[in-house]
Amino acid sequence: MDFNLKIWRQKNAKTKGHFETYHISGIEEDASFLEMLDILNEQLIREGCDPVAVERGCRSSGPVSFDHDCREGICGACGLFIDGRAHGPDEHVTTCQLFMRHFKDGATITVEPWRSSAFPVIKDLVVDRTAFDKILQAGGFISVRTGAAQDANNILIPHDRAEESMDAAACVGCGACVATCKNGSAMLFVAARVSSLALLPQGRPEAKRRAKAMVAKMDELGFGNCTNTRACELECPKGISVSHIARLNREFLKAKFSD
Amino acid sequence: MSDKLDSKIPAGPLESKWTRRKSEIRLVSPNNKRKMEIIVVGTGLGGASAAASLGELGYNVKIFCISDSPRRAHSIAAQGGINAAKNYQNDNDSVYRLFYDTIKGGDYRSREANVYRLAEVSAAIIDQCVAQGIPFAREYGGYLANRSFGGVQVSRTFYARGQTGQQLLLGAYASLNKEVSYGTVKSYPRHEMLDLVVVNGQAKGIIARNLVTGALERFGAHAVVIATGGYGNAYFLSTNAMNSNGSAAMQCYRKGAFFANPCFAQIHPTCIPVHGDQQCKLTLMSESLRNDGRIWVPKKIEDVQRLRKHEIKPSQIPEEDRDYYLERRYPAFGNLVPRDVASRAAKERCDAGFGVNETGKAVFLDFADAINRLGRQRVAERYGNLFEMYEKITDSSPWEEPMMIYPAIHYTMGGIWVDYDLQTTIPGLYAIGEANFSDHGGNRLGASALMQGLADGYFILPVTIGDYLSNKFAEPKTDVNSPEFNATEKAVQARIDRLFAIKGTKTVDSIHKHLGNIMWDYVGMARDAEGLKKAIEEIRKLKKDFYENVNVPGSQYEFNQELEKALRLEDFFDIGELMARDALNRAESCGGHFRVESQTEEGEAKRDDANFMYVAAWEYKGEDREPELHKEELKYEFIEVKTRNYKE
Repeated sequence: MDFNLKIWRQKNAKTKGHFETYHISGIEEDASFLEMLDILNEQLIREGCDPVAVERGCRSSGPVSFDHDCREGICGACGLFIDGRAHGPDEHVTTCQLFMRHFKDGATITVEPWRSSAFPVIKDLVVDRTAFDKILQAGGFISVRTGAAQDANNILIPHDRAEESMDAAACVGCGACVATCKNGSAMLFVAARVSSLALLPQGRPEAKRRAKAMVAKMDELGFGNCTNTRACELECPKGISVSHIARLNREFLKAKFSD
Repeated sequence: MSDKLDSKIPAGPLESKWTRRKSEIRLVSPNNKRKMEIIVVGTGLGGASAAASLGELGYNVKIFCISDSPRRAHSIAAQGGINAAKNYQNDNDSVYRLFYDTIKGGDYRSREANVYRLAEVSAAIIDQCVAQGIPFAREYGGYLANRSFGGVQVSRTFYARGQTGQQLLLGAYASLNKEVSYGTVKSYPRHEMLDLVVVNGQAKGIIARNLVTGALERFGAHAVVIATGGYGNAYFLSTNAMNSNGSAAMQCYRKGAFFANPCFAQIHPTCIPVHGDQQCKLTLMSESLRNDGRIWVPKKIEDVQRLRKHEIKPSQIPEEDRDYYLERRYPAFGNLVPRDVASRAAKERCDAGFGVNETGKAVFLDFADAINRLGRQRVAERYGNLFEMYEKITDSSPWEEPMMIYPAIHYTMGGIWVDYDLQTTIPGLYAIGEANFSDHGGNRLGASALMQGLADGYFILPVTIGDYLSNKFAEPKTDVNSPEFNATEKAVQARIDRLFAIKGTKTVDSIHKHLGNIMWDYVGMARDAEGLKKAIEEIRKLKKDFYENVNVPGSQYEFNQELEKALRLEDFFDIGELMARDALNRAESCGGHFRVESQTEEGEAKRDDANFMYVAAWEYKGEDREPELHKEELKYEFIEVKTRNYKE
């Protein structure tokens, strides 16, 4: 398969970015999107050190930087805005699990980083998501020391409740919800953590405090507000439901009323 | 035993060794802990749990990871589960049985006392993880659910769908975040360790590169903990994450830490087969699938040919024409034999011409029976996300046709040599999790990597490191402007400058792929002396080629992924050579290490206990000199050493 790739290039956080377009050919339809970018990078590096190509006016900015790691859809490192959609055209996948068979041969594909003021660009398609760590550090945990805990089966949790908690806990922290939201809100990310813990007896004692602290940190870091458009749910690679946002709101309001 | 290797195994009966050691360990008072600094490199299950636990104890911890967040570490990708000797199923499980299964699964090449301790603390891991709010799978009555894994005959594996590693890591990461919020732990994401700093023979700090600015930074401490995982990416294609590497371990090795059993690499039987030359990463399908999936190839070569031409579908081959070769060869364990045995059996069938895809390198993993027996809903609850993942990658639905699988490099049992306290041969330097060597011998059992990472990080290292630190509180903070730090940083800088100066025409990845081919062909599933010698020679040639012809674009002082890869590849050459050298020395078959010269008439691995019942610990002797082999004899005082048998 052949493609034209229109890719966002930006040297660092301080410089302005621009698009560059590259042609790539001979891609297998079973190749993943990131494998295609690997092949493009091989091509760009070769051109960069080929004197003929340089003389021809090859003006590439070198290989394209992008975050990736496990390539199994679970680490949450990858995240590209492809043809206007977080993680591209396939449903419920991370970018690394997107395959070229979902594109038309000869298509022009636009590739951008997550756009959010809370996620500044580091280089090209790589953004800084430490804001997510900071939100979790504000309260996304159980604050007790758990090293000498009681026997695990002393805490009974009904099957369906554990499953619902697991649905929320499946969040990979990729940031697609923020990139998709017109307000740049991190509500789905925050809700997934708050809800997962609030559903379990271990997380109940601190549920209200946790919700309040994490929402406050989210606001402080420059994420926007949630206006219930549900776009985040559609683009979440793990299909995390906005019903968890409702649970977050309940915990948040309870905390406000008890203040 | 070599005079340089003291494993410090406590005396006394097996069951009381750990209790005894804990009671001997000197304590550090809370006010002194506050004065002490510990560096932890790596944020997977081992590193994150260790840093969180050390923070809880009151030490000042600095934790480093190469990703943008500690949560990305590759532990996150572990699917199937975590073992623990809880005996919740009342199926006659016990600490002893988990210990025994692990020793036997490791083909009698792991250290008895360490493995017993691992089994002993396993139950507490589950208690701790539940208390952290990890949503493990539950029965309808609210109790924790279990399943089985390879190489065992009880159900002791706890799980959270097919995302157990993710949930355990998010639990450890949450504990880490708690300590960050309390100020005991400082997190350094996007930082890569590039060398260890040793002062007066003791580990005192690291040089790390800030991957965003490109600057080299110095960090001092009273002790350093390496938790950077395994070195499977020496093979280029593996189930490891793309950025997983063995560089920190190699840096320690070059600074004097012995490297143990490097040739013990695990080849996992259930991975999605290679699809073409453009691939850079293999995807694992969890071993848990072998609970209900049946592995087979056709009995008739004509059916194989028709499958390859897509003239028939696998489901059209009648039952009597299928060869369920694991059930046939190993009736007692069937599809749940250990990984090394399952991988070799798949290779045997494919080498005999029965591979079921175009490349001839695939076998079937079939769920039709399970779907009939359990119904679609229960199969979906157990494996739904794995089925989806398989379908996304291959465009074929496991609900309709069997999965196709083939073995791939997955885990490395070898690693930095450590004593019973998890301390390396450099005082003050510790290694935990996959980065050390001690618990899995020649082959790791499924669902035991998570167990070991958390056992080391939550329960063992935080206790044992106190013994080393107990007389260090009066020492001043490590001076990062000392001559040792200056010299180490200078050497790192020279390494980087050398790479940029080459200005060749070959990409890092193209050379890494070449290394991977050498490794897979000669240091893969079947090894022989001639091939291993050839591997050493070829790797040396390739390394020379790298230093003459590689092209590392860009500059040091920017975000530069090509530079990161080039630095890691330098270390993969050394690891690859060390693996081949160790494999050459170990002229026996054992666990995942199969020497063609050492097999039974039936083609099963043949161990040589008389000559090789030892840990091979290699000491670095300089760039162009052969490393020196030290042997730690393995003594089995509490179990009888037998030939592994999964047939009856």
